[in-house]
Amino acid sequence: MTLPETTLTNSELPPTATLGQKLMRLIRQKKLGAFGGAIILAMILMALFAETMSPYDPLENNYEHIFQAPSFEHWFGTDRYGRDILSRIIHGSRTALFIGIVSAFLGATTGFVLGLASGYFGGTFDLIFMRFIDLFMAFPPLIMVLAIVATFGNAMPYVIAAISISIIPDSVRIIRANALQVRQAPYVDSAIALGFSHTRIIFRHMLPNVMAPYLIIFTAAVGGAILAEAALSFLGLGVNEPTPAWGLMLQGGTEESITGVYWTAVFPGVAITLAVFGFFVLGDALRDVLDPKLRRG
Amino acid sequence: MLRHTIKRILLMFPTLFGAAVLVFFLLRIVPGDICEIRFGGIEGGGFNQEAVDICRRANGLDQPITVQFTQFVRGLIVFDFGVSMWSRSPIMDELGHRFPLSIQLTIMAMAVSIAIGIPLGVVAALRQDTWIDYTARTFGIVGMAVPSFWLGMMIIVGLLVSTHQLFDDPWMPPLEYVSFFEDPVENLAQLFWPALAVGYRFSASLTRWTRSALLEVLHEDYIRTARAKGLLKTIVIRRHALKNSMLPVVTLLGMEFAALMSGLVVTEQVFNLNGIGKWFVVSVENHDFTSTQTLVMLFALIFVVTNFIVDLIYAWLDPRIRYS
Repeated sequence: MTLPETTLTNSELPPTATLGQKLMRLIRQKKLGAFGGAIILAMILMALFAETMSPYDPLENNYEHIFQAPSFEHWFGTDRYGRDILSRIIHGSRTALFIGIVSAFLGATTGFVLGLASGYFGGTFDLIFMRFIDLFMAFPPLIMVLAIVATFGNAMPYVIAAISISIIPDSVRIIRANALQVRQAPYVDSAIALGFSHTRIIFRHMLPNVMAPYLIIFTAAVGGAILAEAALSFLGLGVNEPTPAWGLMLQGGTEESITGVYWTAVFPGVAITLAVFGFFVLGDALRDVLDPKLRRG
Repeated sequence: MLRHTIKRILLMFPTLFGAAVLVFFLLRIVPGDICEIRFGGIEGGGFNQEAVDICRRANGLDQPITVQFTQFVRGLIVFDFGVSMWSRSPIMDELGHRFPLSIQLTIMAMAVSIAIGIPLGVVAALRQDTWIDYTARTFGIVGMAVPSFWLGMMIIVGLLVSTHQLFDDPWMPPLEYVSFFEDPVENLAQLFWPALAVGYRFSASLTRWTRSALLEVLHEDYIRTARAKGLLKTIVIRRHALKNSMLPVVTLLGMEFAALMSGLVVTEQVFNLNGIGKWFVVSVENHDFTSTQTLVMLFALIFVVTNFIVDLIYAWLDPRIRYS
């Protein structure tokens, strides 16, 4: 079949969309994802400009103003030390973003490298390695995180390490499944036939093709890591006082709520939910845009 | 089918043994045991070596690590888990008190999530891209984003405030939980709210899975054929679509059963429930090796067994797996 010769000249072609236009189109198509992106952007701004944005010092105790109900002075009220809750939530976005992003990055990237290697080399290595991953999957993530933090202590590096380890099994499995598919592609066969080295094939031919699932896993993992950090801090095994962290702020919230001080329990929880929601919907939208094959669940 | 079953049963043992090795050595990697926490004093001040030694001997911590490990594995095989290093009471007794509560809560949470998740997922799929669908999807993602312990707190606050306003008799979270066998009605009433807090989160992912599984099936050729030959839409959905879309949902149910149990770790704290989750947190904080080990193995066992059951159900539902 011969294609009719194109008579279109350059000037007749529809103008290529600029980056801004493409972005606008994407936002219109994926409203929920765009909303998630907006939440994340707001959170990043909050973390960057926490000092200028927060009305009070998040660490300053003020025993004359403990448990003040939300007012114009203290929008979200004050806690048991008289600290301004709004300021602590603004500063808490730093803790959440830092732990969330770093542990998601470490976990997803380790899973990426291992899954790619396992999928590429296959054979005995793959078999043994995947049994090992199965073993890790036998522990519910939160149980594993708690056990690790309890053993090594709850210094920041250990909290991050524990959360990122809990992300590895899932990301290995997803990346491996994708790598196995790419491995079957004719261009990988031809690369092998041409005698390219393993490193070259993995990095130049396979890696770009499993980048999409990696980005999706990473985005969702940030949300999961923020949730895990909140749970840990709530249990007293995560971030320590007086560092502002959302999970930590909820500690003792039940007891205080029963006595009528509901605001210490409400606002930090809303912050956690919004942040995690943002990362999850962005992950969803990314999945739809980047990889329609993965659309499930 | 029998071969398949036996193979799956045999495969459980290496996993459990691996888990035992992993947890045993993980707990002991870092120096510092329960005796140092108890009698070691703070920052070296008042370090009572004698008391620490006595305590170590009592807990078998002075034995070589290999001996301790063999004892641990032997205990797992004969179901004698020893005594808790912290409370000195037999772990079996402690489990007897706490496990029923946690397992009941897990089952109730499952029931709650199935009751919400599956119908919602089905309706969302059948009314794809309508406002019902959008609401169900948003509900799904919100449910996964809400920390279940915070949801529990909000339930407590909500109940407290609403009962106070409506009846002038504020509801309080119970301090003591009644056993199901003493007073079933009271027991179910008490556990309903924590079950809702844990179950809502899971119902969210269940909604998403049900929706996408059903949508996938609805686009299959045999659904079109069934419609084309004049079958009623309701029959097509009930007989052909729903049945086939339940396969991935069953997998999710199995996987989440184990995850739900770990979700209790935080929720039990909020509702002041004396289940295994709360016990796990206390044991982990106190470096109570015997209790922590046993509980981690229990979680792993639950995971492995539910996976096995899911596998069997799967093979039973899908002949392609059974005969391959």
